[in-house]
Amino acid sequence: MSLTETSSGLRHAVWVLRGNLVTATAAAGAILLALIAIFGPMLVPYDPVASDVPRALQPPSALHWAGTDQLGRDVFSRLIVATRLDLAIAVTAVSVSFVIGAVIGSLCGYVGGKLDRAIGRFVDVLMAFPLFVLAMAMVAALGNRVENIVIATAIINLPFYIRFARAEVNVRRNLGWVEAARACGDGHVSVVLRFLLPNVLPAMAVQMSLNLGWAILNAAGLSFIGLGVKPPTPEWGIMVAEGARFISTGRWWLVSFPGLALMLAVLCFNLLGDGLRDILDPRMRT
Amino acid sequence: MGTIGATLIRAGRRFLSSLPALFGVLVFTFLLMRVLPGDPAVFFASGPSAGKEEIEIVRKQLGLDRSLPEQLGIYLYDVGRGNLGRSMMTGQPVAKDLRQRLPASLELTLTALVIALIAAVPLGVLAALRPNSLIDHGVRLFCSLGVCVPTFVSGLLLIYVFYYLLGLAPDPTGRLDIFASVPPARTGFLMVDFLLAGDFEGWWAAARQLMLPAFTMALFVIAPLARITRASMLVSLGSDFVRTARSIGLSRWQIVVTYALRNAILPVITIAGIVFSTMLGANVLVEKVFSWPGVASYALDALLVSDYAPVQGFVLLMASIFVVVNLLVDVLYGIADPRATVA
Amino acid sequence: MMSPLLEIDNLGVTFSTRRGLVEALRGVSLSLQSGEMLGLVGESGSGKSVTGFAVTGLLDKAGRITAGRVKFKGQDITRASGAELRNLHGANMAMIFQNPRAALNPIRPVGAQISDAILSHRRLSKQEARAEALKLLHAVQIRDPERRLDAYPHELSGGMCQRVMIAIAISCNPSLLIADEPTTGLDVTTQKVVMDLLARVVAERGMTTILITHDLCLAAHYCRRVVVMEQGRLVEEGAPQTLFRAPQHAYTKRLVASSPTATSRVGDLVPADEALSVLEVKERPTPAPGTPPLLDVQHIVKRFDDGAAAVADFSMTMAAGESVGLVGESGSGKSTTARMICRLIDPSEGDILFDGYSIAKLPARDFHRSSLRKEIQIVFQDPHESLNPRFTAFDCIAHPLLRLTGLRPGDALRSRVEECADRVGLPRELLSRFPHQLSGGQKARIGIARAIACRPRLLVLDEPTAALDVSVQAVVLQLLDRLRREDNLAFLFVSHDLNVVRMMCSRTIVLRAGGIVEQGESLALFTNPQTDYTRELIEAIPHIDSPTSLLPA
Repeated sequence: MSLTETSSGLRHAVWVLRGNLVTATAAAGAILLALIAIFGPMLVPYDPVASDVPRALQPPSALHWAGTDQLGRDVFSRLIVATRLDLAIAVTAVSVSFVIGAVIGSLCGYVGGKLDRAIGRFVDVLMAFPLFVLAMAMVAALGNRVENIVIATAIINLPFYIRFARAEVNVRRNLGWVEAARACGDGHVSVVLRFLLPNVLPAMAVQMSLNLGWAILNAAGLSFIGLGVKPPTPEWGIMVAEGARFISTGRWWLVSFPGLALMLAVLCFNLLGDGLRDILDPRMRT
Repeated sequence: MGTIGATLIRAGRRFLSSLPALFGVLVFTFLLMRVLPGDPAVFFASGPSAGKEEIEIVRKQLGLDRSLPEQLGIYLYDVGRGNLGRSMMTGQPVAKDLRQRLPASLELTLTALVIALIAAVPLGVLAALRPNSLIDHGVRLFCSLGVCVPTFVSGLLLIYVFYYLLGLAPDPTGRLDIFASVPPARTGFLMVDFLLAGDFEGWWAAARQLMLPAFTMALFVIAPLARITRASMLVSLGSDFVRTARSIGLSRWQIVVTYALRNAILPVITIAGIVFSTMLGANVLVEKVFSWPGVASYALDALLVSDYAPVQGFVLLMASIFVVVNLLVDVLYGIADPRATVA
Repeated sequence: MMSPLLEIDNLGVTFSTRRGLVEALRGVSLSLQSGEMLGLVGESGSGKSVTGFAVTGLLDKAGRITAGRVKFKGQDITRASGAELRNLHGANMAMIFQNPRAALNPIRPVGAQISDAILSHRRLSKQEARAEALKLLHAVQIRDPERRLDAYPHELSGGMCQRVMIAIAISCNPSLLIADEPTTGLDVTTQKVVMDLLARVVAERGMTTILITHDLCLAAHYCRRVVVMEQGRLVEEGAPQTLFRAPQHAYTKRLVASSPTATSRVGDLVPADEALSVLEVKERPTPAPGTPPLLDVQHIVKRFDDGAAAVADFSMTMAAGESVGLVGESGSGKSTTARMICRLIDPSEGDILFDGYSIAKLPARDFHRSSLRKEIQIVFQDPHESLNPRFTAFDCIAHPLLRLTGLRPGDALRSRVEECADRVGLPRELLSRFPHQLSGGQKARIGIARAIACRPRLLVLDEPTAALDVSVQAVVLQLLDRLRREDNLAFLFVSHDLNVVRMMCSRTIVLRAGGIVEQGESLALFTNPQTDYTRELIEAIPHIDSPTSLLPA
């Protein structure tokens, strides 16, 4: 949009990261997760699916860094391989949600009127359901498969993006420079697509990062209760579910390590979301 | 007297405006369940090996041979009469099952909410009163971490620490020890029923069972509640009207409580309503971890054996509860904030 | 000689901001005798409000007194503890603030807030405090005070809220009252009522007052001594008459010159050594008889969704190169009218003819495609809001050129943008900067450059200088006047500031509640108003020549 160079954007990003240790760590963590997701399965020490029953339920040791589960499988390897699945589900669901929600929300916020009211009603109905319950019902209805977890997560995320985009556009719609754009020769559609959306996107990108964390928790929760992912597929939620029976007999590693993985992943994305806000807001540029 | 009248009118109006949402919920649930893979009639018949005529009879019974709008009409009529179908698992009407198990879930959720509010609000206020102090950093750290831990993990870890390691908590299965006697069911809430029956030993036993699951659920929501309280309080303390209050020379207590906190609590009320919705969802996870005999575990068990009527009833119930809660929150907000219009 | 009530000695205040330490006050010394009303005048960044907050100990957490002392009634209160401050506040010194509705607790009835103030310093029962509050509401001339005791701030107008604030401030009879920009944001007629009330109340109770304002005329009208501040320093002080007739300091000279009075002219706004060079006005050929006027507005009406008319039956004509002023208070419909004429919104009825062509028939959402779009441009009120934060200055000015004149990015575009920047006095180096890196005055210039880029024939200006400091406003007004005469631009100048309109426009239209009250040649209208409302408006403007006689001799 801008005639001037935006490569200064990258330089600015580096400047912010250097000045803010926490965000930098979170960004590094996110990149690490992505790398693990892509390359992890090729580098794991053990086959995540191979059972080795004599070695079942061993606590963490030098051989098995995270111990073994009830079928003798190496927990650490399974953790690494699960990264790919969990991340893939979350990223796909949030991206789809984000794109569709942003466009619908912006249009509603700008145009108002009947369209706004109709979409508003639809969003109200969606939000009347406790979201996890809705996801559960959707996966049950559509079929107990991984793709449906993605769809369910995307749908329950949609209201947030629609409302968010709508509110952001509403606030900006009457600002001076939007009117000025119209005085300078832009029609309504042009104003929405070329001016409002780019100004709204930074705030929404923050939401996206925060939502990634939430989507991971959601997917893990659904697999914990037995939906979507089936054994022996490694996935953090299902690993916790399988290890749950053993917690009251003191075998903590089956639950703790997947739980830790979940927590670290979500933490990374949450902190990154806060950091993104600083980078993308042009007012912070010197 | 005028304000009570105004509040009632407001509540009435809000209720009317939530009816379309309720209707939408009903239609949506209906559509959701009709998108089932496979033929429900086969399930409800005596089994997959049932003969064709039998399946046809069952299909007619379930009304599946009618057109979709007709099915919707029948469905709405049934729901209106309180008929939510029959569960294959328990063999009882779903409505009856839900009614039996609802108090367990509600007791858990409400206890958790109270615990969360008692912990979160003072923490948030303290953190706002002493910015950049140890307690502020502590609260912020706790909030950042708190939203990252999944409920089912924290529940299991709590069991590990308090039951296995420390031996403080009782066996984490169910509401009551199987050997304990159940009090006469007046409200269904064990906490209340035991008190009413004067059975303090039983009350204590039930309370001990309730502690761990309630804490697990509370942990999940303390973080967002503390965060919003802190943020809201900071805004309030930095606002113009608090500066005015200081310029008049009001006492510190008056400034913090009457001026700042009362204003700060408004967004917290709204968030508490939203948080309640997530708690209803988290119910599913907590009830599973602790084998709590509530509506969520009922629905989950039904789901896993492809018994769909209970799932449908459960979804409807949860959504309705949430609509009612939203209504209450709205009314509460209207009482607390005189700027909220009656419209 | 009596010792002064308030003594400020070499005061220094520093704020810690994201960019480091900022010195807000440097070596400010001031003394105030009991019963005096002192005016503290300055533009943004002068430190006038900071002085007020430093005295009352209400500085923001990021601010610190780093030098000097404040002595109140002989006692050093610079490092007063919380308890000591609480004793001082309300009973000895009180403040009233800039945005009165925000300064009151929104969820507490105003009567309760006044009672809170009373009860914090006097031992009374609740009923007695309430009775006192009622008396105070009477004293500040609030109509129907019994009912208003239980009203909430959002149910009261801005003027009423400020009166409640005054009631709270005087409730415990402080000896010192500091009023920080008490009338900013209020209509000019409300401003007069509130200031008259304030002056009377403090005179009756023998209170010493500091009036902090950016409006030199306001301070001159109500105060017997005025102090001028610039960039955290005290620059000059004296009686208002002396300051106006014979200012000593360069900054005071500039401030006095820029403050629009009833008799100032555009050419005088900026001191002679800084003014733009005199312009040679070319002879304009008179239009042939029978040519339609540039702008002919015929009975336009704007009705909003609830049926209420924001503008009712507005008509006017304008010739090329003419400047017409549109004045009115808030709610008068002047902004709505301006936007209809500029075709950003549609009139509900009526027609607008530009050069004889009907432009009202073309809906606002399609007007951007018409060839007439570039003939009518608009300069907006808030320069901070009217520039796209993601565009550089260059992009902002280039935007209409790209959309309306078919210029493509390249040399022709660049030279045209630079030409516009030169004309508005914007240094070319600033073209690559983003709005948040520019000052208010620079942003205002970009807004003007953008508006004239396509060489329009009619420029609608919606309060173009309302958000600017008075010295910046002076420069911008001179600039606008010059541009108008160079390009034979027609101006529709919307403003609430009558002095500015009188200076800039040859004709004025006065609006009230959506209808025209009076219109005519500016000079005649201002010296000899025909209607009561116009007279009321003109008399409400504070002016140096007749300070209010309510002050004690």
